[in-house]
Amino acid sequence: MSDVPVITSWRLPVPGRVRGVLNAALGIAALLLVWWIGGRLVANSPGMFAFSNFAPEPALSRLWQMTLSGEVWAMSWPSLYRVGLGLVFAILIGVPVGIAIGRLTFLREVTNIPFQFLRMISPLSWMPIAVMAFATWDAAIVFLIAVAAVWPVMFSTAAGLRRLDPAWLKVARNLGASPLHQLTTVILPAIATDILTGIRLALGVAWVVLVPAEYLGVTSGLGYAINDARDTLDYDRLAATVVVIGIIGFVIDFICLKAVQHVNWVRES
Amino acid sequence: MVKSDSTDARLPRRSGATTARTDVSIRGVTHAYGHAGPPVLSGVDLEIASGEIVALIGRSGSGKSTLLHIVAGLLKPKDGAVWIGGQRVQKPSADWVMMFQSPSLFPWMNVAQNTGLGLRYAGQRAGAAARIAEVLALVDLAALADRNVQDLSGGQQQRVALARSIATEPGLLLLDEPFSALDIFTRRALQNDVRRIAQTLGLTLVLVTHDVAEAVQMADRSVLLAEGGRITADTPITLTEADRHTHSRDFQKEVTRLRTLYSEVAGMG
Repeated sequence: MSDVPVITSWRLPVPGRVRGVLNAALGIAALLLVWWIGGRLVANSPGMFAFSNFAPEPALSRLWQMTLSGEVWAMSWPSLYRVGLGLVFAILIGVPVGIAIGRLTFLREVTNIPFQFLRMISPLSWMPIAVMAFATWDAAIVFLIAVAAVWPVMFSTAAGLRRLDPAWLKVARNLGASPLHQLTTVILPAIATDILTGIRLALGVAWVVLVPAEYLGVTSGLGYAINDARDTLDYDRLAATVVVIGIIGFVIDFICLKAVQHVNWVRES
Repeated sequence: MVKSDSTDARLPRRSGATTARTDVSIRGVTHAYGHAGPPVLSGVDLEIASGEIVALIGRSGSGKSTLLHIVAGLLKPKDGAVWIGGQRVQKPSADWVMMFQSPSLFPWMNVAQNTGLGLRYAGQRAGAAARIAEVLALVDLAALADRNVQDLSGGQQQRVALARSIATEPGLLLLDEPFSALDIFTRRALQNDVRRIAQTLGLTLVLVTHDVAEAVQMADRSVLLAEGGRITADTPITLTEADRHTHSRDFQKEVTRLRTLYSEVAGMG
């Protein structure tokens, strides 16, 4: 019962939120440091000094110029459009098929092996077929993104349905719900978290597939910008584009995470 | 635990609904699960008058719950039929609603939204908010309308299920052991409240239970079902409301009388 305060830790009491921000800043600083060291090593290496514009200082100052000139937006917009459209197709196919295979054991068992087989094929393997099947390069790229994105959406939706409590459907039927009501007031809200988690995974895959897909044919987009910068030995622009790709990917993922948290009704405790 | 009935007068029935017939006529109902399964119900006949409160008592496997599902239209009988208010039951309806052992509230909706489900399915938007407030007041949950249902106790959840069941002003309420998962005090309060609400609203009530004391507490008539839904005893319960509330000597005598009768005719007490 001593009233002398006992110091158990040398650290100042930092609230969790502040600590989180500080740790995030620390991580970013570490990444910049590694990038900077890499740049120094390249610049001082006789065989590689031509690539010294990869370093943070030239890349970030170029990024600043590109942002001011609107070039960042001009090269990002076509990519976002392609990913968005591919994702819309993936959702339009993945959610209904996911619900069907989640509800019907027969369909799940029949489709299991074919779907797992198709899922394991790298989306980029479809490139020759996509190029032949679609009239425009844009359509081919949207197809490749949809092929990459459909599986996470479909499997996550199906997994969500298997956790649906059948009693909820009985309650709804008992209160006079039509099949459409059962879909909109029970099934979709119950699995909204799973659908959005699937979309989040799908966006991650789609964003990764996008850049190599844009190496083909098209003359716009982030993938094209990377290829173009390489061909013109414009290495500061190349590094700046990589930064843009990373930032947009991070922001999209963060938005998805917030959406998942918003619709999530499961209590953590 | 017994609350005053002063708020009940505020709850109007649909125009002329008090005179609507909600008598239940069960004729020759036969059912079996699977193609060659033994009959769960074989030719059950039972008449329940409008406004009557009837308990169906039986052991597990007597088919009492199956019979209730058939009355609700949630299960199609192999043979025979059920008429409610002269209307043949073909499918579930908001005019007769069942309460289950588990409240199965939708965790992505708050108390008021759960309560209004039947109104939503019936397309009744006008006056829905006022109606929800009325039924929540009737079950003593007015203060919790905006709560997340996952924060409620088991008894409160079952009260929300009760409010949800009566929101569409059904003439008939079917209870499938809805209190069996609750502690004794909560159960008693709900048993009294359900009886009071049924009387206030002029509801016909059919209660499935394996508990003789629950039947005596709630019902005007107790029907004993043996294997195959065979009716082996059909007795009126004549007790005053005061006897039911206080579990008086007369109440105890009634329980004993039924237990003795049931053990004689069915070896069940």
